[in-house]
Amino acid sequence: MSTPASFANWKLFWKRWGIGLSIAAVVLAVIFYFYARSPRVTEAVLASTLRQSVPLVLGALCGLLGERAAVINIGIEGQMLMAAYVGFMVNVRTGNLLFAVLMGVLTGAVLGALLAFMSVTLKIDQIIGGTVINILAIGLTGYFYQVGLSAQGKLNPIPLGPLAKIPLIGPVLFDNPPITYASIVLVFVVHYVLFHTPWGLRTRAVGEHPRAADTLGINVYLVRYVNVIVGGALAGLAGAYLSLEAVGSFERNMTNGRGFVALAVMIFGKWTPFGAWGAALLFGFATAMQTQLQFAGKLHIPHQFIGMLPYLLTIVVLAGFVGRARPPAADGIPYEKEG
Amino acid sequence: MSEETLALEVRNIVKRFPGVLANDHVNFTLRKGEVHALLGENGAGKTTLMNIIYGLYHPDEGEIYINGQKVTIDSPHDAIRLGIGMVHQHFMLVPVFTVAENLILGAEPTKGWTLDLKAAREAVIRLSEQYGLEVDPDAVVEDLPVGVQQRVEILKALYRDAKVLVLDEPTAVLTPQEVEELFVIMRQLKERGVSIIFITHKLKEVLAIADRITVMRRGRVVGTTTPSEVTEQDLATMMVGREVVLQVDKAPAKPGDVVLSVQDLEVEDERGLIAVDGVSLEVREGEILGVAGVQGNGQTELVEAITGLREIRSGKVVLGGHEAPDRNPRYLIEHGMAHIPEDRQKHGLVLSYPIADNLVLCTYYKPPFAKGLQRNEEAIEENAKRLVKEYDVRTPSIFTPARSLSGGNQQKVIVAREFSRPVKLLVANQPTRGLDVGSIEYIHKRIVEMRDQGAAVLLVSAELDEILSLADRIAVMYRGKIVAVVDADKVTRAQLGLLMAGSPAEDVLDKEAVPA
Repeated sequence: MSTPASFANWKLFWKRWGIGLSIAAVVLAVIFYFYARSPRVTEAVLASTLRQSVPLVLGALCGLLGERAAVINIGIEGQMLMAAYVGFMVNVRTGNLLFAVLMGVLTGAVLGALLAFMSVTLKIDQIIGGTVINILAIGLTGYFYQVGLSAQGKLNPIPLGPLAKIPLIGPVLFDNPPITYASIVLVFVVHYVLFHTPWGLRTRAVGEHPRAADTLGINVYLVRYVNVIVGGALAGLAGAYLSLEAVGSFERNMTNGRGFVALAVMIFGKWTPFGAWGAALLFGFATAMQTQLQFAGKLHIPHQFIGMLPYLLTIVVLAGFVGRARPPAADGIPYEKEG
Repeated sequence: MSEETLALEVRNIVKRFPGVLANDHVNFTLRKGEVHALLGENGAGKTTLMNIIYGLYHPDEGEIYINGQKVTIDSPHDAIRLGIGMVHQHFMLVPVFTVAENLILGAEPTKGWTLDLKAAREAVIRLSEQYGLEVDPDAVVEDLPVGVQQRVEILKALYRDAKVLVLDEPTAVLTPQEVEELFVIMRQLKERGVSIIFITHKLKEVLAIADRITVMRRGRVVGTTTPSEVTEQDLATMMVGREVVLQVDKAPAKPGDVVLSVQDLEVEDERGLIAVDGVSLEVREGEILGVAGVQGNGQTELVEAITGLREIRSGKVVLGGHEAPDRNPRYLIEHGMAHIPEDRQKHGLVLSYPIADNLVLCTYYKPPFAKGLQRNEEAIEENAKRLVKEYDVRTPSIFTPARSLSGGNQQKVIVAREFSRPVKLLVANQPTRGLDVGSIEYIHKRIVEMRDQGAAVLLVSAELDEILSLADRIAVMYRGKIVAVVDADKVTRAQLGLLMAGSPAEDVLDKEAVPA
């Protein structure tokens, strides 16, 4: 390649990745600084960051699959909650954790299908469709919730052999329970599908200009259904994470707004899997820090203020660093075929 | 009927919509390698017929033949498979995708599971070389000018191996230069054996490019002819079903006092760039000043600044001898300004409101339409009934939402509303864009009447014909500046075309034509 061309490529490369790389460099520098000072605390905070981010990143992937195909999913919270409940109950009854996770995922997918039916086929306002799912989940899980049920166990960390022995990186990245691993893999999978496969191209086309997709023989309704159902399955996995991996039991309203935070994470990440992952990690980090600070008790600040940290951070970052994000053009608009 | 096989033939196509017979036993043939123009007013059934051929609508009756074979086309997918490509009036391109991505969408080359964008890029380059349609495969579509976007649409069809290309009103969005380029492309496609159906309602274009012409009116084919057999006037008569006055009859202008005076106006566009760059102009009572120019040279911003819809960066707009103390639209309207906006659906009407409400959008708060805080329904309805009749708005009722009217009737609603007040200054921006011959004739007549009643008219149009037939004086706008102001009878089409393309006025015009 000639020099000017490669120079242009380099500029393009910088334009595309420059900000991300700079942020990564700063983050790494900060991590190493703290690791040198207090390795145990740093490890704990980072590991907690990753785990806190799991339901958020899965929820955000659910949201962005839907919205890339122009279906707004505000029911992620409900999908997670219902999946957490069903997963937990299956675990209580059968003691089979894998089966329980699968049932949680299936629950999410079924609720995804319900949302798709309401918003794609019936063309109900999508916000209302999602709200229906949220209310349904809170109502059903609250009604059938039984105090005192306990399950035989939860998903435990699986150290990945020698990788888990690497200092800092090992305990943080390679000594995690299965759904945490899965969430990381899924970020890459969703990115690949969305940006490097025909299905992804069609999905994005359906989200931007469904009529154009239709005139090229793409089945707009099918694309939307599949994306929303697969998204639901991911939200289901997030629910399973909460009740089967993080806590090991079910509590009323245990999602505690994570489904909505996931939507913020999705927007923050500009509707891209990696962006969402970064955003989820930031939220996770803020939560982890808050816990750590409250534990340490060194700061003489009322704990309520420390509790605000994640939200404060969100506002600062959203307002200061993220440029104007642009949602898919047809987002939230039901598609009507002609003729 | 000759023995040659036809690229496409439709026989006895019938398509009914609720309350309308959109296609009434339509017959149409397309020979191989010809440009066949399909001419008709809005609502004549051209687009319906094409949507049937492209599989977007299903005909109630009738048959379609391709290369002599009877076919059924149930979806665009079938149409594409049969070698039919369509360039829709509103482009079917994903704005945030690159040219290459748009090209392959729906028929993607892959390597394993992965999109092969390299192959897509090569396909763009190969096709653009083959057909002489230059485009950058990596350009993002929304950054491209409309003319180039249209090329991408044509490439999309060619990528799918289209042998029959349907161009639905392709020139409606193009500048005169881009139209010329499109015609060159069409001729090249023809030479390579592509058969083209060219849908339009512009008579000049039909005569310039078509091999055969089929005229439709109210869902029926009126006749098929060739350019050598007919004149513009004949075609207009066939389209409308009666004699049409193509040339506007108007007496010489009798200019009076200056009504609108714009001095050294500078206006920014959305991106903060200078769109209107030091414009000064005057419009007098009883004259029409036409602003000619290729779209996007600052006309939109100029009009918005004059009508109070956009901030002025510097300079003055003086209406009726004194600068408006308060440049909001209501003040200007109350002081005798009428505005026919460029985009009638976005800025001219509230589409979901009934016609009756749209007709009082500027006056609803004043008696007789308001009684204290309440609406006076009686007065509003009476006003609507009167205006609908007077301005010949074709609508089922005055309570019909503006959305369901045709473009021509929507424009008549706007004209009726704006002209029903005392008007000192009329600002009309693209008043006849996308309208059929009948509506154009009507609106032109009304504008001239307005002038003859003493109003000052500022007419902005990208259609040279419109400017030439209506304006008394012509200002040419290029890159935000007025490059020349000339009397309409002292300038030729060719000269205007050059000025619009940026040639310096001193080179183009005779000395005496340029006013000091």
